[in-house]
Amino acid sequence: MDAVAAIDAAITAHPKPEYWQRAFRRYATRQGRYFLVAESAGTVRGFILGEERAWEFGSPPCGWIFAIGVDPSHREGGLGSRLFDAITTRMRAAGMTTVRTMLARDDALNMAFFRSQGMRGGSFIELEMPLAPPGDDTR
Amino acid sequence: MKLQKATQFALLAVLELARDPARQLSVSDIADKYGISANHLAKVLRDLGRAGLVEAVRGARGGYRFSGNAKRTSLYDVIDLFGDSVKGEADIPAPAGDTDMGRALGQVLAEVDEIAVATLKSISLATLLKSLVWQPRAAPREPISR
Repeated sequence: MDAVAAIDAAITAHPKPEYWQRAFRRYATRQGRYFLVAESAGTVRGFILGEERAWEFGSPPCGWIFAIGVDPSHREGGLGSRLFDAITTRMRAAGMTTVRTMLARDDALNMAFFRSQGMRGGSFIELEMPLAPPGDDTR
Repeated sequence: MKLQKATQFALLAVLELARDPARQLSVSDIADKYGISANHLAKVLRDLGRAGLVEAVRGARGGYRFSGNAKRTSLYDVIDLFGDSVKGEADIPAPAGDTDMGRALGQVLAEVDEIAVATLKSISLATLLKSLVWQPRAAPREPISR
């Protein structure tokens, strides 16, 4: 888990080891949830997290990918594609027919990666708005 | 979104050439395949050549060959070369744009623009070419032979 936290910190510049410990407990130990890692020469160089979810937002059961990361020094070697293949193979075996993810609009690197795997704009659109603090009636 | 003809021709030509970087195609090879003006395409290919995406091959059977990096070149990069602004076209001009209604409408149109730009930036030439095998084939046209 330390290796995953280190890869994430190298990518995001925001170390969050406690989050990764919780994520491991939440995703690696339950049916229908996936926490996969890719090793190269016995060292963890990448990870992917996801789970199967049903009927949220009115969607039939589908797979979700929440996070993917590859050690920046080991990119362009196909590790990301292998992780994507591994998680979608498991989701397909579990009966999922669709896989989804959500990205920041300016996250060009990950958006290009998921596009290169065959993902495209889907049938849902994410909407959001800032929430004013309690007592602020401007909204 | 509507792209100018030059931009459409540039996308078609650069993708056709990137489909097989070792292959050399003449202007008329590409123009015939896509049913577009050879004169207009010739100018577009010269612009693509100046940008380093294609290279001219001299000789009696001269033509063009892809010389860019298909994984590193996005659809947006090609569109941007031809000055086709995907972003900002939708602005409501002043004085209407300075009103509360103009600003509110402008925000909606800007949201659409941002999604279009993010989409075009995320699709490389290589990904677009890869997507050809993911979608049902259109009715076949005459193949390019050389």
